[in-house]
Amino acid sequence: MLRAELARTVGDIELEVSLRVPAGRCLALAGPSGAGKTTILGLIAGTATPLRGRIVCGEQVWLDTERRIDTPPERRRCGYVFQDYALFPHLCAWRNVAYGLGEVPRSQRRARALELLERLGLGDRAEASPATLSGGERQRVALARALARRGDVLLLDEPLSALDARTRADATHAVAEILRETEAPVILVTHDFADAALLGDETAVIDRGRIVQQGTASSLAATPGTAFVADFAGAVVLTGVARPAADGLTTVALDGGGQVSATATGPSTGPVAVSVYPWEIVIQPLDAALNSSAQNRLPARVVSVTAVGNRVRIGLQASQPLVAEITQPAARALQLAVGSRVIASWKATATRLIER
Amino acid sequence: METTLSYRARRGSRAPWFAIALGSSIALVLAFLVLPVLAIFVKTSPARLLASLGESESTEALKLSLETTAIAVAIIVIIGTPAAFLLATRSFPGKAIVVTLVELPLVLPPVAAGIGLLAALGPHGLLGGALGDAHVQLVFQTAGVVVALMFVAAPFYLRQAQSAFASVDRSYMDASRTLGAGQAQTFVRVAIPMARSGLMAGLALAWGRALGEFGATLMFAGSIQGITQTVPLAIYDRFATDFPSALALSAILVIVSASLLLSVKLLSGPEALSGAPR
Repeated sequence: MLRAELARTVGDIELEVSLRVPAGRCLALAGPSGAGKTTILGLIAGTATPLRGRIVCGEQVWLDTERRIDTPPERRRCGYVFQDYALFPHLCAWRNVAYGLGEVPRSQRRARALELLERLGLGDRAEASPATLSGGERQRVALARALARRGDVLLLDEPLSALDARTRADATHAVAEILRETEAPVILVTHDFADAALLGDETAVIDRGRIVQQGTASSLAATPGTAFVADFAGAVVLTGVARPAADGLTTVALDGGGQVSATATGPSTGPVAVSVYPWEIVIQPLDAALNSSAQNRLPARVVSVTAVGNRVRIGLQASQPLVAEITQPAARALQLAVGSRVIASWKATATRLIER
Repeated sequence: METTLSYRARRGSRAPWFAIALGSSIALVLAFLVLPVLAIFVKTSPARLLASLGESESTEALKLSLETTAIAVAIIVIIGTPAAFLLATRSFPGKAIVVTLVELPLVLPPVAAGIGLLAALGPHGLLGGALGDAHVQLVFQTAGVVVALMFVAAPFYLRQAQSAFASVDRSYMDASRTLGAGQAQTFVRVAIPMARSGLMAGLALAWGRALGEFGATLMFAGSIQGITQTVPLAIYDRFATDFPSALALSAILVIVSASLLLSVKLLSGPEALSGAPR
């Protein structure tokens, strides 16, 4: 368990947050750039100093400004994946990883570093210098290096944002796998709510230095506390079990009932998370005709209606919560109100899958 | 469409004029800077140059120059590197003043620097008594040459090193710390290797400046053959009596300085040669 209460001024914002992350769980800190997310990681790792604060990791007190305890970063045991990775350019891949193996006897460091790189599918790139690695490879070296530290906490700062769209899918799998295996508390910082939803067990939406709402991604999307959260919570996430279906599609039986199809090339069997953007979801009356190209149709009840600029966020409860985003005139035409019963539908091509 | 065309037309008519201006300015700069160096070699026959290398006075001066500059640069690097790191990575009250004071010798006339050194470290200087008690004599001694060289050359290294360290992104040092390395280890294993090409450039500049040092050395350590007479002092010594010999010695100094600069740049990697930023 990691507990942290932190306060500090960053530029013109007053950062003040309180976090609790149980072992083996991942808290996603999601928010726009400049919200103070990276600063929070720095404060936890000890590379930045708070005005006031207290950090307790397991039994150890890393920071307590009242008792004047401030453990230096090298003794805090954090695995930290930096934004843009911060791989040492003068060291090759395995030496970068071995840098975090200071406690391992010198003779075993290379073997241990290679083992970690191997695990991330980079065994053959061990001697490459960071400049010659691709973005995805760099990300995996950075992950391996952070894991080498065997931290009591794992901190990931935008581990996916430096990657192009194609690499992103693979890289997301790499991160998801590590999150599944790690026993330490994990904090993942992202400006993309979809990443938070896919990778975090819980998501804390942070704006101007404060956590404005915290919960599972789907509950944030379905019942946003503020218009900011409603606007920011960009993706719906459903959970279920995938199996291959005819015509190269993948069918997902949703936990709690109902099923959806995906054209996704991701995992086609086993437990998965399904993500879809709210603006891809079409809302129809219950009695609407079936003649639509949308493969996925879920009956749902409206649980919230929130205006966000010229759009309206419709919180829905099907077998799992989801959210749709439609225009004001469309919402008026459908006469949507809390309690209305509707069909939420979207195309199989708009459905992203990731294994859980 | 029309605007693009007219823009292109204008660019087309102006570009050669401006390109010619740029080209001739660099040609003028080069001619002015290279001509004197070239003249030294034109006026010295290779035979004269070799003969000069055979004279014991010349080799003595050359040996002394290489020794004193090497020691001075080594001390500058050992003490200056951590100091430059501190200036680059920490902020503290009065830092701007400290940086200015460190750069002061850059604008100080070397002759004034020599007088200053005498006033501070000479037998009757501020610290003269203390140095005398410790039996340290600098004036008219080889050690005095080293002190004068360090005074004049140190700011060249410090300035360059400071900007080299400042250009190392903080996240690399933070990464090193979170990976279990303390501050000193981070300095040695991350900051220095990453600032290496900048540090080497500073070293080359400082060494080059030290090799050519004249005024401060003459004032503070004197010009005693075999003890304090470095190559520049030896050149001046012969200037009035034996101009061809002064020319030959100058040629040797140019060759030594240039090859030193070149080898340091080669050592610090190809990017230092092309002059491109890291």
